[in-house]
Amino acid sequence: MDSRLGKTWLIAGYVFLYVPILTLIIFSFNASKMVTLWGGFSFKWYGVIAHDSEVVNGFFLSMKIALMTATASVVLGTLAAFAMVRYKSFFGRTVFFSHINAPLVVPEVITGLSLLLFFVMCERLFGMPERGMFTIWAGHTSFGLSYAAVIIQSRLLELDKSLEEAAMDLGCRPFQVFYLVTLPMIAQSLMAAWLLTFTISLDDVVTTAFLSGPGSSTLPLVILSRARLGLDPTVNAIATITVAVVAVGVVAGSLWMSRQERRRAAEQSAAYREGMQAMGA
Amino acid sequence: MNITKSIGMNGIVRLLTRNWGRRTVIGIPYGFLILFFSVPFLVVLKISVSSTDELGIHFQDLISYADGIFQLKIKLSNYIFLTTDPLYIETYWSSVKFAAINTFICFLIGYPFAYFMARSPASMRPALLMMVSLPFWTSYLLRVYAWKGLLDDNGVINNILIWLHVIHDPIKMMHTGFSMTIGMVYTYVPFMILPVYATLVKMDLRLLEAAKDLGATPWKAFWLVTVPLSKNGIVAGSMLVFIPSLGEYVIPELLGGPSTLMIGRVLWDEFFSNNDWAMASAVAVSMVVLILVPLAIFNKYRADSGGVRGI
Repeated sequence: MDSRLGKTWLIAGYVFLYVPILTLIIFSFNASKMVTLWGGFSFKWYGVIAHDSEVVNGFFLSMKIALMTATASVVLGTLAAFAMVRYKSFFGRTVFFSHINAPLVVPEVITGLSLLLFFVMCERLFGMPERGMFTIWAGHTSFGLSYAAVIIQSRLLELDKSLEEAAMDLGCRPFQVFYLVTLPMIAQSLMAAWLLTFTISLDDVVTTAFLSGPGSSTLPLVILSRARLGLDPTVNAIATITVAVVAVGVVAGSLWMSRQERRRAAEQSAAYREGMQAMGA
Repeated sequence: MNITKSIGMNGIVRLLTRNWGRRTVIGIPYGFLILFFSVPFLVVLKISVSSTDELGIHFQDLISYADGIFQLKIKLSNYIFLTTDPLYIETYWSSVKFAAINTFICFLIGYPFAYFMARSPASMRPALLMMVSLPFWTSYLLRVYAWKGLLDDNGVINNILIWLHVIHDPIKMMHTGFSMTIGMVYTYVPFMILPVYATLVKMDLRLLEAAKDLGATPWKAFWLVTVPLSKNGIVAGSMLVFIPSLGEYVIPELLGGPSTLMIGRVLWDEFFSNNDWAMASAVAVSMVVLILVPLAIFNKYRADSGGVRGI
């Protein structure tokens, strides 16, 4: 097909994907209170949000929840992925699979509503939990676990099982096999799953809105309430910081992963060379 | 008897501990999902058919036992209301319509995009791919908000057009079907591009040469070879776009208007504005039914073709 058409289509597509984000960033440096009219360059709105306790508290709460969600999702997701890949038959395996996949397709308004009603019921029966950080974490982890499981599962599926069997033959206990052989091999997918669930949690607004209690407004909730009222320059400033943090995080993460990949490839070829030499000798 | 004895205690202990590890690996995530996913949904199901007490605060138990009689009380009025009220019927119809329009536009934009990505030089592909997935990592809420600044009456686009003297008065774009659709396409087009790209990049290009040798024009080869081979990607992409856009809340809330009824937003309003928990629960249950239909079709397709995994 015409390569000029191809280039034009690709460029137009990337313009479509990036122009909204770029305008968001540009207008965060706008001195005017009118978000869309240029009134000169200024860092004013960054100063404003730095002293905005709602924003600052929301940010720290969001970070805390995202850290807890990502960590719990990776731990639970690893277990779930192992169950799916390694145990070919167990009671309720099909139901288990649909439990892993369902949170990925159920709309968040439903996840949020059902968890809230569930927690309200628990509160009436047991007097706990109070709505806040814990309930938001539980909600985020209920779908973060599924995302993590899917990522880790695909890595486990392509893993060479003979390496684990070799370790077992050499006398490793199951936990040692996991810790010394399997874990280093799936480390990359764990990192990817951690980063993904971290950003999903950091970004989530719908489930959070249902599960947050008084005094537990995460950053996305603050943004949503301001964005509902109209354009707000502080939201642009928050957006720019978010984009910067995410860009740094993603670049650092992918650099780390490609370094791991290279190191593993180097180690593998070194082992292979040694093996060949030993055989030759 | 002797044989079992000779395996001895050691073997039994090993069998038990092996099972113990297995039970932990399966049990912990299973238990978590049952507790925080399935049970909550059962609560919704229960509340959607429960009647409230006189004050309208506490939901009564579905099953009661008095004077030696078990009573099962199921209140279906919410569901009857859902299926007869014109506003709800219109909302369902409108949600399906917007989700379908969104899927179709994502396909129109995303398919050629994925195609040209897959046919670009191999050295460029990782960068092109990275650039499609990068916006995923930035906040979805903020990306939707960005369109508010672009499409508003005194937003960037109107300001530029007025400045260029193309128009005199701002064009009304915000809070219409247009602004909501553009927000949805913007959010979901990567979900179409990525699976289609994955199938196209794997394609054996020698098949096209063979088609050419057999006398097919490039267009004919495209329609008869490339498109059928990317069918799995198209189906997966369409599902990834269609299903989440059905239940969308943030986009209709920020970019939609009075004419863009979406079921997710109605659920939200029933709950937060009307405080009608039972009605919100009934809407949630009906939404699940609405989503099960395309999902079942997709799963049937997947089972038939043995293709696309990973939703």
